[in-house]
Amino acid sequence: MTTIVPETSSFDQRVLHPLPDQLLATVGDLHDEGFLTAVDVTAVDYLTHPGRTDLPADVCPERFEVVVSLHAHQRHERVRLRVQVPADDPVVPSLFDLYPGTEAMEREVFDLFGISFDGHPDMTRILLPEEWEGHPLRKDVDTGRIPVQFREAPVQR
Amino acid sequence: MSTEAPEGTDTGLGSAERVHRRDGSAVLRVSEAGAFHLAGDPDNPDDDERMILNMGPSHPSTHGVLRLMLEMEGETVLRTKPVIGYLHTGMEKTGENLSYLQGPTNVTRMDYAAPLFSELAFSLATEKLLGIEVPPRATWIRMLMCELNRVASHLLFQATNGMDLGAVSMMIYGWREREEVLRFFEKVTGLRMNHNYIRPGGVAADLPDGWQDDVRRLLDLIPPRLDEYDTLLTGQPIFRERLQGVGVMTPAEALALSATGPILRSTGYAWDLRRDEPYLAYDQVDFDVLVGTYGDSFDRFAIRLNETRESLRIVEQILDQMPSGDYRTQDKKVTPPPRVRIDDSMEALIHHFKIFTEGFHVPEGEVYVAVESPRGELGCYLVSDGGPNPYRMHIRGPSFVNLQTLPHLMEGGLIADAVAVISSVDPIMGEVDR
Repeated sequence: MTTIVPETSSFDQRVLHPLPDQLLATVGDLHDEGFLTAVDVTAVDYLTHPGRTDLPADVCPERFEVVVSLHAHQRHERVRLRVQVPADDPVVPSLFDLYPGTEAMEREVFDLFGISFDGHPDMTRILLPEEWEGHPLRKDVDTGRIPVQFREAPVQR
Repeated sequence: MSTEAPEGTDTGLGSAERVHRRDGSAVLRVSEAGAFHLAGDPDNPDDDERMILNMGPSHPSTHGVLRLMLEMEGETVLRTKPVIGYLHTGMEKTGENLSYLQGPTNVTRMDYAAPLFSELAFSLATEKLLGIEVPPRATWIRMLMCELNRVASHLLFQATNGMDLGAVSMMIYGWREREEVLRFFEKVTGLRMNHNYIRPGGVAADLPDGWQDDVRRLLDLIPPRLDEYDTLLTGQPIFRERLQGVGVMTPAEALALSATGPILRSTGYAWDLRRDEPYLAYDQVDFDVLVGTYGDSFDRFAIRLNETRESLRIVEQILDQMPSGDYRTQDKKVTPPPRVRIDDSMEALIHHFKIFTEGFHVPEGEVYVAVESPRGELGCYLVSDGGPNPYRMHIRGPSFVNLQTLPHLMEGGLIADAVAVISSVDPIMGEVDR
């Protein structure tokens, strides 16, 4: 491991806390170690729960957190990366080049959280309609409050 | 088909080997509006070879509402883009507004063909955060129900796969046997689907009296029928012709594309969470992990057919080893007091009321738990802020991730094979869109 990042553990699982600009180097190292599969990419919006206690002291908590789970099948090991992403610049590098399997998952995070992945070949909405406004899994979007957005039906004649 | 590859099988994967199987151009990357322009100029005679074809979302072979954009040259598929989201109802958002006890009602609606697995992943994650152990009987009941659910789900696959390929009689047989399993589920959980049976702390109710007879009946009924399917489909030249060599994938590609479950195993890579990261009591039962050889659609069909037999083998062992005892934890924090106590104890009544209105509080933390669903690794990522509702509930749906292999599996194939490939990936759109 050439990149040193803070490490904790949660319920016997290794958790790494790289900065967004350390992410690619950390993941590249892990890929070389045999973590050949990106099992999951998701995100959490910590807007209403800023004082979380499970971060190491030298990691500055930000509003968003991108959570990447990697899996080394042959070593029977999993590792989770929690990347702090600031609200004013929600961009992280895409893992698509190393793990083509993250394609749909990164698009899902973009769609529902508005965090974009730099280097992803197709950073578009995946679950919501293309013209949807807002990112529903953010904590400042409430359920049942927004009028449901649908495309207007074309006028018949 | 070979059974059981030994641990540490050499799959030709160097640890440092980086797989770049799919560059950006391999996947069709156009917006809906862009596709319209790409579709070509009908007045230009040089422009009539390549076309964008839309398949779905309402197509009998798309298993619900999957839409594919296919770039075709003649009958050959060049690039594919799955367009999803037609069933998106924001279930992860909904999960943030439901208590942990209400959570299974929500997640069970994701993979409606194998609902118990989503409930299981959610419950295991909650229990891990809570730090509680469930009694052995609850664990074994969960295992029994999940394995029967796997049987039902794979039978459904056989039915739809058969129908997609023109073996229409298989459609009737598959549904018929699945219905037998669902009848047992109805007896145990009260519902045929969307059970809300596996809950944090255990299961909703004990197995009904005489459950052994029902399970034994299933064990007598289904294996001979599976042999019939085997005769009907496996030996059928037309069926084989349509599946063999269609949608081929190597283990390295499957790992790089995050494919799990039967898709990964069909490539010859022996990986099953039940064996390799045992949860519940899978380390106490005997079963084989089935792997394919060629990674084609036929291997995926054969693996599911034979996994059904393995599941029944597990069910048989559960029948003999089912422990007695409680079906849910007696931890007062998550389990309401017994009904009789409510009549004579005010505290019990308040306790009962609190659990079902506010819900129990779960210590702060985050956890990822994965189980082997019929479609692959079903993961649940839970974040708790110490309150009675999950702060974030994310389900890693195997169908959602496996669907990404479609562009790769279809590349260079024929349009007629697209149907076989979609079918062999076996996506459940409720789980894809969530």
